[in-house]
Amino acid sequence: MLAPLSWLKEYVDIDVTPKELEEKLFSCGFEVEELIETGKDISKVVVGLVESCEPIPDTHLNLCMVNAGEHGTFQICCGADNVKAGGKYPLALVGATVYATAKDHKTIEGVMEIKAGKLRGYDSFGMLCSGTELGLTEDLYPGAGYNGLLVLPEDAPLGADVKPILEMTDWIFDIAITANRPDCQSIYGIAREVAAVLGKPLKPLALDYTESGKTKDGFTVKVDATDICPRYIAHYVHDVEIKESPAWMKKRLALVGCSSISNVVDITNYIMKELGQPMHAFDYNYLEGNQIHVRRANDGEKITTLDEKEFTLNNSNLVICDGVKPVALAGIMGGLNSEILDTTTEVMLESAKFARDNIRKSSRALGQSSDASAMYSKGVYEYTTDLAMKRALHLIEELGCGKISSTHVEVFTGNSIEPKEMKVSIARVNGVLGIKVPDEDIVRILTNLHFAPQINGDELTIQIPPYREDMESYPDVAEEVIRMYGYDHIVPTFMPTAQVTMGGLNLRQKTELKIKNALCAAGAYEGIHYSFFSPADLDLLRLPEDAKERHAIRLINPINIDLSLMRTTLAPQMLRAIARNQKRGTIEGRIFELGNIFIPKDLPLTEYPDERETLCVGVFGENEDFFTLKGMAEAVAQALDVTFTYETAQKPFLHPYQTAAVYCEGIEIGYLGKACYEVCNELDMRTPAYIMELDVRALSQWFGKSRTFRPLPKFAEEKRDFAFVMDRDITCAEVENLIYESCEYVTDIRLFDVYEGAQLALNKKSMAFTVVFTPKEEEFTPEMIDGFVDVILKNLNVKHAITLRV
Amino acid sequence: MAEFTELSEKIAKIKNEVQDELSKLESSKSVYEYKKNILDGKTGLIGSLMKQMGKVPNEQKAEYGKKVNELKAWAQNHFEELDAKLKAEEMRLRYESEKIDVTMPAVKNEKGNLHPVTQVRNQLTDIFASMGFDIYEGTEIETDYYNFTALNTPQDHPARDMQDTFYLSPDFLLRTQTSAGQIHVMEAKKPPIKVVSPGKVFRSDDDATHSPMFTQMEGLVVDKGITLCDLKGMLDEFVQKIFGKGTTTRLRPSYFPFTEPSVEVDVSCFQCHGKGCKLCKGTGWIEVLGAGVVNNKVLEGCGIDTKEYSGFAFGIGIERVAMLKYGINNIKQLFESDLRVLKQIDD
Repeated sequence: MLAPLSWLKEYVDIDVTPKELEEKLFSCGFEVEELIETGKDISKVVVGLVESCEPIPDTHLNLCMVNAGEHGTFQICCGADNVKAGGKYPLALVGATVYATAKDHKTIEGVMEIKAGKLRGYDSFGMLCSGTELGLTEDLYPGAGYNGLLVLPEDAPLGADVKPILEMTDWIFDIAITANRPDCQSIYGIAREVAAVLGKPLKPLALDYTESGKTKDGFTVKVDATDICPRYIAHYVHDVEIKESPAWMKKRLALVGCSSISNVVDITNYIMKELGQPMHAFDYNYLEGNQIHVRRANDGEKITTLDEKEFTLNNSNLVICDGVKPVALAGIMGGLNSEILDTTTEVMLESAKFARDNIRKSSRALGQSSDASAMYSKGVYEYTTDLAMKRALHLIEELGCGKISSTHVEVFTGNSIEPKEMKVSIARVNGVLGIKVPDEDIVRILTNLHFAPQINGDELTIQIPPYREDMESYPDVAEEVIRMYGYDHIVPTFMPTAQVTMGGLNLRQKTELKIKNALCAAGAYEGIHYSFFSPADLDLLRLPEDAKERHAIRLINPINIDLSLMRTTLAPQMLRAIARNQKRGTIEGRIFELGNIFIPKDLPLTEYPDERETLCVGVFGENEDFFTLKGMAEAVAQALDVTFTYETAQKPFLHPYQTAAVYCEGIEIGYLGKACYEVCNELDMRTPAYIMELDVRALSQWFGKSRTFRPLPKFAEEKRDFAFVMDRDITCAEVENLIYESCEYVTDIRLFDVYEGAQLALNKKSMAFTVVFTPKEEEFTPEMIDGFVDVILKNLNVKHAITLRV
Repeated sequence: MAEFTELSEKIAKIKNEVQDELSKLESSKSVYEYKKNILDGKTGLIGSLMKQMGKVPNEQKAEYGKKVNELKAWAQNHFEELDAKLKAEEMRLRYESEKIDVTMPAVKNEKGNLHPVTQVRNQLTDIFASMGFDIYEGTEIETDYYNFTALNTPQDHPARDMQDTFYLSPDFLLRTQTSAGQIHVMEAKKPPIKVVSPGKVFRSDDDATHSPMFTQMEGLVVDKGITLCDLKGMLDEFVQKIFGKGTTTRLRPSYFPFTEPSVEVDVSCFQCHGKGCKLCKGTGWIEVLGAGVVNNKVLEGCGIDTKEYSGFAFGIGIERVAMLKYGINNIKQLFESDLRVLKQIDD
């Protein structure tokens, strides 16, 4: 929201510097995002009188002698077509700063410093300036839009700084308005706050006008949709003369970024900026049926707005119609069919309150917006609707652009636009704050904010102005008081009245952190990826059409297709992260992510989906293999004090012979394996990648497993080494399991060598194990161990035809 | 007699021979071998000398024995001396052969680290846990009711425009704020309540300074007599712990639908200590969180009697803290798992 200091000063006697005002506004809840000083780029430009002006032969230039009073008289080469002897123009002295313009003489390309120079061999000590070069437009100063020199008034004193003469210096406050204060989306609204914070009176708006006595007989306003149009005011203006607005109005509109169109249109824009009430003017000649009819649009009804765009409407859009057709898209933009033209002689002025939600939704749905729709979306008060019409009629009279009839039709649902009384306890107000604000300060602050406070003991009675719908109960009063009293009065206390509580992480949070730390210790870095991913990510995994991962929750309004599905697996983002690292030159590394996957119970969602904490580990590089990643699985198992087992498995995105399913106590909890070559190729991977995904939610049943100390064995353990010969397809796990089954005293089995090759028959391999026997009740004798070994060897031979290697 | 002379000469000869032989030996191993051979009781040149005793006349036996023993002792000494010398040399050579270039790269036993966001999150939860706060993590997918309506942000509320929400169905959305957790906590538990709620939140923003997903931590206290002063006191404590001693806070008015009054909380710039620098854009203050006194409507909606209880709430952006603390300038970098980024921050 832009508020020029010069405009605010019309309503408040501001006696602080712009910087001080910025700080005051900041302290009472209005952050000035930018404080813009207009004209600050222009310096050392003075009034110059061209005393002589001779054309330079064969050029478009004139050689001028320019008298700049106290600064001296300078020879200037000037190419403007309107330079003439006796004229007064802005003269940029040597060392001055002005705007550099593009070839079109209109587009500002930066600030330049004027230096003494030579044009076509003639010395030139300065530059005569156009309006554009001073940052001025036609709206900011009459004549500044001319593509030539800016002509200064004849009485401008020679050598004087042009900035005050051209009224170039102003301060524009770009203020952030919080959503609870739509009343401050206007100059007058801000002026009200400025007055309160400075403790100055707010000057009243000029609202008076004289009615001509003429009427538009039979004119009616009918509102069918009072739920979304609670107040509609129409006033008929006749003998309208469309012309330019006065310079002061054009300038103010220009300062807040609004270009001047014509007096009547400018008044509606001026009111919107000044009071925050959008208005519209219809050319009455194009209204049929002597009627305004506010209603929901019919499905398929069409309207062409002022910017010549056609819209097909439906029942959720609100339209303003005459007796026959829609003439405006309510609150968004007027219709082209009733636009104010130079020929307009009769105007129907509209000031209305439309429901913010309806305008916001229509504006979004139709893709059509305007300053008006933005204003309605923030909120407009019926009190202002009424005020704005009076102010507009005053300006019409002041500017002499029409006569005010007595035809004033107001349709409203009965909402009060008068102040509302509220009583609160002062103790409760102070109770919110934790300090005692003196009663006299409360009264002073609330008086400045127009709440007309009265105190009777602990009871505070205030009159809430109709533009302060945010005021609902005592905490709101507390906020009003403290923002003006100053937050620096709040003294830190540490909950002296609160109970002592215990806090901390719960078991799940602690255990997840433990898993993360175990992975860090194993050399992995934690990554975090978005909770949403792309349909292409599912394709990357080469998942079949009916894969459960494809049953994903879809975002209704994603930023783009790549962020449109709630992820059902962490694998694709991990694979892409690996590929991205490789592309950026990191060819080895270990990454893990612990995040949620989202499994819908139904689609579209009508109940909370299952958010499952899932662990994904990705390792890549020439030194990694299946077993380095398996080691990280074991690190997780160790952190949880559980045992994982592994079985050969298949995944469409993993190597067909280097993939395992992971089980914990017989329950499948995930997979690990090498990324298949098709995936690596698609991602242009440079080094092999391995990936693991574990269902941490499933693992959570083992979280917090109590650890009991296992006493050390009383008797010495015995170890025996064996080298077995077996078929190649027999797995390590099969051998180990059979050994465990064969002897209850076996407590550990370690594979220490695998051999395949010339010394063995084809399709045979050798595996060498150390088997540990732990005695229980008594010491082993050599005969006992021999007995265990005999059983083991026999079972291995019978079940898998395994023999000892000789 | 002849025998004795002969043997004496033999001893002298052996002595010379041994001396000769020893000078040729070059390794401690050959010394050992030679010594073993020469002292062998049966076959050794010296070792076997005692066996010759029988040939020596009785009266000279003692002298012979003495001579042999002297020779033995002499030889032992020489062996030991030479052995020590050669071993020292061998050790020297062994060391020399194992010479390394200590400037070559280390064999890495790399330890990873947690994500910067997790690190900050853990720092925050540690601080609040020590103040008696529980840690509650809500769900990323929320209902419109918990994310907005119950937080005093009904359907047509202007504050809904403040946040661009990702919807999943008419009733379900990606939570835009961890404040959604407040309601679940207050529905499940009656005061006293002290809880922080960290988690991922989502807004439809995607540019250099915004990420569509980021991490927030909401804090909530509800108890008897809780005031704005208590909020200020707790925040003062907290910012000193996270940003360093001497950090102070500044409250200024703001607006959130679920708190009244609402404040923005700035901390004194921990880089320039308020003098003004690039980090704080010359203001001496950095905006880090939003807070306020819990709106009565929110408490009442959860069945909490506002005549008896009041509370405060605050919300902090964890990425923002991480970026400020570690000087990370692009929020997107936090979600790319670029190891060059992740490896740098281990706080």
